[in-house]
Amino acid sequence: MFAFLCQRILILIATLLLVSGMIFIVLQVIPGDPAQIILGIQATPENLQELRHKLGLDQPLAVQYWNWLSALVRGDFGRSITYEVPISTLIASRLPVTIPLAILAIFFAVIFSIPLGIYAAVHRNQPGDYGVMIFSQIGLAIPAFWAGILFILFFAVHLQWFSAGGAKSWMETPLGALKSLLLPALSLGLIRAAVLARLTRSCMLEALGEDYIRTARSKGLAETMVVYKHALRNALIPVVTIVGLQMGELLAGAIVIENVFNLPGLGRLIFLAIGQRDLPVVQGVSLLIAFFIVMVNFGVDVIYGVVDPRLRVGERKEIVI
Amino acid sequence: MAIVIMAFLSIAYTPHDPNRMNIEQRFQSPGSAHLLGTDQYGRDILSRVMIGAVNSLIVGWVAVGIGMGFGVLLGSLAAFWRGWKDEGVMRLVDTLYGFPAVLSAILITSIFGPGIINSMVAIGIFNIPIFARLTRGASLSMWQRDFVTSARAVGQSNQAIIWHTILPNILSPLIVQGTVQLAIAILAEAALSYLGLGTQPPHASWGRMLSEAQTFMEISPWLAIFPGLAIAWAVLGFNLLGDGLRDLLDPKLTEARP
Repeated sequence: MFAFLCQRILILIATLLLVSGMIFIVLQVIPGDPAQIILGIQATPENLQELRHKLGLDQPLAVQYWNWLSALVRGDFGRSITYEVPISTLIASRLPVTIPLAILAIFFAVIFSIPLGIYAAVHRNQPGDYGVMIFSQIGLAIPAFWAGILFILFFAVHLQWFSAGGAKSWMETPLGALKSLLLPALSLGLIRAAVLARLTRSCMLEALGEDYIRTARSKGLAETMVVYKHALRNALIPVVTIVGLQMGELLAGAIVIENVFNLPGLGRLIFLAIGQRDLPVVQGVSLLIAFFIVMVNFGVDVIYGVVDPRLRVGERKEIVI
Repeated sequence: MAIVIMAFLSIAYTPHDPNRMNIEQRFQSPGSAHLLGTDQYGRDILSRVMIGAVNSLIVGWVAVGIGMGFGVLLGSLAAFWRGWKDEGVMRLVDTLYGFPAVLSAILITSIFGPGIINSMVAIGIFNIPIFARLTRGASLSMWQRDFVTSARAVGQSNQAIIWHTILPNILSPLIVQGTVQLAIAILAEAALSYLGLGTQPPHASWGRMLSEAQTFMEISPWLAIFPGLAIAWAVLGFNLLGDGLRDLLDPKLTEARP
């Protein structure tokens, strides 16, 4: 177990270095001279040289990368060109929108999908099962942002139950803040629910076909006990894994959804930063999202290794939905 | 299939010029003159939805082509090399896996600017790790098979074995995955165009149409309905095609079928 953990941590460090290196090259090296970008085309050569020296751009690339990386470790993401404040402050101000949005979306996904998946597996090849499968196929085909637009059209424009966009402060009106995230979270969550319902159904079917289920039934256990205590507990392991892995995708999906609902989260921040050519902000937010996805993958690998010792020597188990 | 036919048809015929503005005809409800209505510039929505299909399919095919090309190459080499080279390639693949399509598109467009080519490249990069992992996994088991040993015994080069023996045998899962990725690429292209990072105006794209529709959907809700339906229809079609191909090509499922 110790060797497995050490190996995974080494792989994690290598992956994090590669991710940061890739983002460094893509956003710091390829676009050209950051000093020119910051000062504009009117800048004099002396001013450019002075800023290059101040930013450390006159040093070798490896030194620049090392300086950038050491600053990151200290939580220093640099300064925004547009807002002229530390990027870490900007990110911190946007997290109270994006993190609750992602958690709420996962909550909706789980409460819809797991009961549906169990129902479909228990009623295999019956109308209810077909209904769930049709729901999941349609859910997989609908883009989350279109679902968001339709929700705005129906719940905000037609019924006027919700506002069409914007977020409220958690400090001033916690309920208002929650309400402003409901429709965006539902748009993101329902699509995830389609994936999870299919997965839950397939894992439950696999579990229900195992020998220990036959044994439990032959012992005279009630069907509810067999399904919920024996089959579900085993079937949920891959489902929980996928829920974890979807958190990363949700953060990326939030970039689009936050724009649909005009929510001041990380997604909106990075989107506006592209328009403003504020590359340090794009770099900081991308790095944060990519790091989060890598960390979640690492967590999943480790949990799998703990739960199933056979996987400590092999690859992560492939899950077929 | 209907989407593909519509896309090909739209190259030769659309009911109206998809980019022609007619202010007098703006916000027309669906009717006999304009089957799906008109938008804020009086452009025919059906014609734009038809042309949008071409854009979506081109972006999807090219992106999957990029992902499959590079992914199969990396996966095949990793499976052949094994050892530290394999580990190195797979770590690179894992790194790419940390960038969802929207994120890689944001990185690319923030440097090179928005556009259809950049969105193809971005979605293509997102596809590389998926095909690389699939190819490596499938190739690893192939290298242990007797027919590969036989090919070696008769003196075939490693390159020839990969090209003529390994790849034809792992083609089925690649085709199935390609179909599924095509559906995902269409969704990603729509999301990027919605954000304004993909296809640029005046060219029609389903995501862009939805983005424009959001401003006017209170007075013209159909603007937000039909392009979304087209996306869902296309994605559903390719997902079902992928499921069908999997059923047809997966030996385990074929044997299980009564």
